[in-house]
Amino acid sequence: MRPADILRFARDAATGYPLRTTLSVLAMAIGVAAVVLLTALGDGARRYVVGQFSSLGTNLVIVLPGRTGTGGFNPATAITSTPRDLTIADAQALLRAPAVRRVGPLAVGTSEISAGGRLREVMVAGANRDFFAIRNFELAQGEALPDDDWQRAAPVAVIGAKVQEELFGREPALGRLVRVGDRRLRVIGVLRPTGQGLGMNTDELVVVPVALAQAMFNANTLFRILVEARSREAIPAASTQVLELLKQRHRGEEDVTVITQDAVLATFDKLLGALTLAVAGIAAISLAVAGILVMNVMLVAVTQRTGEIGLLKALGAPARTIRLAFLAEAAMLSASGALVGYLLGEAGAFLLRRLFPVFPAYPPDWAVIAGLVTALSTGLLFGFLPARRAARLDPVQALMKH
Amino acid sequence: MALIELSGIERRFQLGDTTVNALAGVNLRIDSGEYVAVMGPSGSGKSTLLNLLGLLDRPDAGSYRLENRDVTTLTADEQARVRSTRIGFVFQSFHLVPRLTAAENIALPMTLAGIAPAERERRVALALQSFGLEHRADHKPDQLSGGQRQRVAIARATIMQPPLILADEPTGNLDRHTGEEVVNLLEALNAQGVTLVVVTHDPGMGERARRRLVMEDGRLKFDSANAAG
Ligand SMILES: Nc1ncnc2c1ncn2[C@@H]1O[C@H](COP(=O)(O)OP(=O)(O)OP(=O)(O)O)[C@@H](O)[C@H]1O
Ligand SMILES: [Mg+2]
Repeated sequence: MRPADILRFARDAATGYPLRTTLSVLAMAIGVAAVVLLTALGDGARRYVVGQFSSLGTNLVIVLPGRTGTGGFNPATAITSTPRDLTIADAQALLRAPAVRRVGPLAVGTSEISAGGRLREVMVAGANRDFFAIRNFELAQGEALPDDDWQRAAPVAVIGAKVQEELFGREPALGRLVRVGDRRLRVIGVLRPTGQGLGMNTDELVVVPVALAQAMFNANTLFRILVEARSREAIPAASTQVLELLKQRHRGEEDVTVITQDAVLATFDKLLGALTLAVAGIAAISLAVAGILVMNVMLVAVTQRTGEIGLLKALGAPARTIRLAFLAEAAMLSASGALVGYLLGEAGAFLLRRLFPVFPAYPPDWAVIAGLVTALSTGLLFGFLPARRAARLDPVQALMKH
Repeated sequence: MALIELSGIERRFQLGDTTVNALAGVNLRIDSGEYVAVMGPSGSGKSTLLNLLGLLDRPDAGSYRLENRDVTTLTADEQARVRSTRIGFVFQSFHLVPRLTAAENIALPMTLAGIAPAERERRVALALQSFGLEHRADHKPDQLSGGQRQRVAIARATIMQPPLILADEPTGNLDRHTGEEVVNLLEALNAQGVTLVVVTHDPGMGERARRRLVMEDGRLKFDSANAAG
């Protein structure tokens, strides 16, 4: 029998029993759609988190005061000294490290801001001009903090979009004076609105020179130092150089923690990747179930069409032809199920992206390919038994049934 | 020239503890171009004999030579090839594939044999014409009368131009008049040289055959060829 004829014969056989065919196609479709949609969700979550982390800045190395993490408890340092705080001078010193491009000191606190009789509570960040570049802060109006001595407390502020709206409404904010705590500051810039992301919400932030923030909060310590390495490859070097420099400055004590964005990212990436894989695995079980259903449908088909199989044998069809015809039918059922399921899954993912635009719910290629291949191979695998049974029927017995 | 030579054919079925001798010591020679009617009471082994002649079944003992070739020792696939090209079947219950049209049912043996579509179409068109089915080509079996169905089945049986046609009660499901038409068709084929073996319960139809066999308990009880000679 010619391949085209086998396919046509199988197609006619499948369409000849619409209910049975619809059911098995549907089962297969649900399985594949589940794989596509669930992996789209899982991978979407991964992309979302990774994206959020990346938006914090590129090639970022973060310095935290105090020793945490893998160092363990050191009784000697615990007794002899308290950890040293990070200072502006520490931050400035880091500029000497060859792998470091920029350094952004950060001091934070909360305060009240008022202008024109309106008042609200805000988060105040003490920083410098480079901090804006490191964190990818974009300005809607005006400019970032002046690029002068970090120790100079110039009375200026860059305010978040929401702060601007609440204090000034539609009036221009640039050049206006605001009161932050007990200081009077001039607004020199307004940040572009970004909405809620990972980390701080910049819309409700007021950024002032780091020395000014320290003076306002009556402290000479830093909350963090953000360091930007010269390149992605330079991140490990930057991180060791930073640690080494601070150790020297702190009399040989390693009392800071340095984390690289890459390490955090890699952890999340791995974690959420594993989650996606697990979800895909669970969805794949439904594919196996669909495969078993296809097998049962085909076994029923063999029973239903026993008379026809006897006839085919009487007309001179060899066992191979009969096997192929039934295998082709099983393959068609699973292939069309896989196709329908793929389309359903993509449509579902599309709908998700429409409903939640920030969530990149795209099914990963590997999941789509694995889903389709599993669907087809289970269909064929489970189609094999019925096909063999059909081919082995005794023609005389088979002809007696119809 | 001998088309079929059976010697010492035995076919036994095991039914629980008892053994049924469906065919016992059957010796039979049928020459090319003969018209043979097989008769006998129910359960006498007529269908078993026909299945054996059609290579749908194998004997437990004895030999079967078809066209001077021992066909009992062939593999299943070799037997399938013999069925495809040398034997046409006509069944009491027609055995048409319900989802295929009349034309597709007639073409089925050629489709199975891998004959090119153009050639199939040509031969089917001819067959539809000679069996008076031109206007039924695209009808499904359930849209055809019993007589038309059997005509489709006969067209199918002859489409590979086999030298031997085996018909098991071809008129069993038809009324007298349509049965008559079908017999006429089969006889016309025989007139063209096709060897025809028909199992029938109808004495009238048996009378029309040039040679009559009567079976009983798996044995050939009567053979008009021997009686005459
Ligand atoms: N597959 C089988 N298993 C067991 N016994 C069988 C089988 N096929 C046929 N027989 C038995 O063999 C004997 C001959 O059967 P067969 O079908 O050849 O009779 P028949 O002459 O065609 O009868 P009818 O006129 O009713 O069609 C019967 O006794 C039948 O019961
Ligand atoms: Mg019978």
